Amino acid sequence: MFDLNGKNALITGASGGIGGAIAKALYDAGATVALSGTRVEPLEALAAFLGDRAHVLPCNLSDAEAVNALPKQAAELMGSVDILVNNAGITRDNLFMRMSDDEWSSVLEVNLTSTMRLCKGVIRGMMKARWGRIVNISSVVGATGNPGQANYAASKAGMVGMSKSIAYEVASRGITVNCVAPGFITTAMTDKLTDDQKSAILTQVPAGRMGEAEEIAAAVLYLASNEAAYVTGSTLHVNGGMAML
Amino acid sequence: MSDVADRVRKIVVEHLGVEEDKVTETASFIDDLGADSLDTVELVMAFEEEFGIEIPDDAAETIQTFGDAVKFISSAQ
Repeated sequence: MFDLNGKNALITGASGGIGGAIAKALYDAGATVALSGTRVEPLEALAAFLGDRAHVLPCNLSDAEAVNALPKQAAELMGSVDILVNNAGITRDNLFMRMSDDEWSSVLEVNLTSTMRLCKGVIRGMMKARWGRIVNISSVVGATGNPGQANYAASKAGMVGMSKSIAYEVASRGITVNCVAPGFITTAMTDKLTDDQKSAILTQVPAGRMGEAEEIAAAVLYLASNEAAYVTGSTLHVNGGMAML
Repeated sequence: MSDVADRVRKIVVEHLGVEEDKVTETASFIDDLGADSLDTVELVMAFEEEFGIEIPDDAAETIQTFGDAVKFISSAQ
């Protein structure tokens, strides 16, 4: 249904479960994709699995210089960056009273500041093209909070406020900026939870199951499409009803 | 006026959709030519491309009028 032929997309955190599913969804819709992440092997494997229009661009998002260079590398590789998906994120959970400055700043740096840098790096080209899609992957906890995740929740809520502000500034140039906020999704990260932990979480989810990475990817695909041209500054919650916002 | 002025004027006319004779030496992009702040960013981007120069942000802020732009670009070339 959504056609991304001729569009070039940069996806961070593509070595993870959700990022990989996003890359596949955009690729299957016809986009050329640049897969970024810290671990080269899974990126290479994903690129090989996807095919000719998939490229690998490793990047450490805690390295400001590398982050600033990434949009340029992607544009040189593909000709442009029409779609940016900021999906990479880290957690360093701790009770707030015990949370160190380093736990705070490293999460903010990777999740929020690198997103800001990448948005800045792609927006010039999008302004000229009079077309662009930025999709930032936030989280349900950015809206609801979560014990032990003051840093992570702050970074994900920060993304929403930043996205709305950028959306205001560039809406007249055909560029949309939106967030997708996943709930509990089956990934390597949530596989580590015990069955007891999982069933406790699921009592909070009206849908009664965890979400799949493909269900996040479908939301991203929509927001990246031409059909979503009139949707900007919004957050699409994909959480099985866990938080109805 | 110079060739630089003609090229700058052409960009301004195209980008802001104003009459050529409105683009005078002292014409302010925002106050006289109807540009918004995003337009001024785009004008600077267009100047950079046309003349193959880099205009740093602090210099870009000083470019308020057509005359400012011509002067800056002439000296930067």
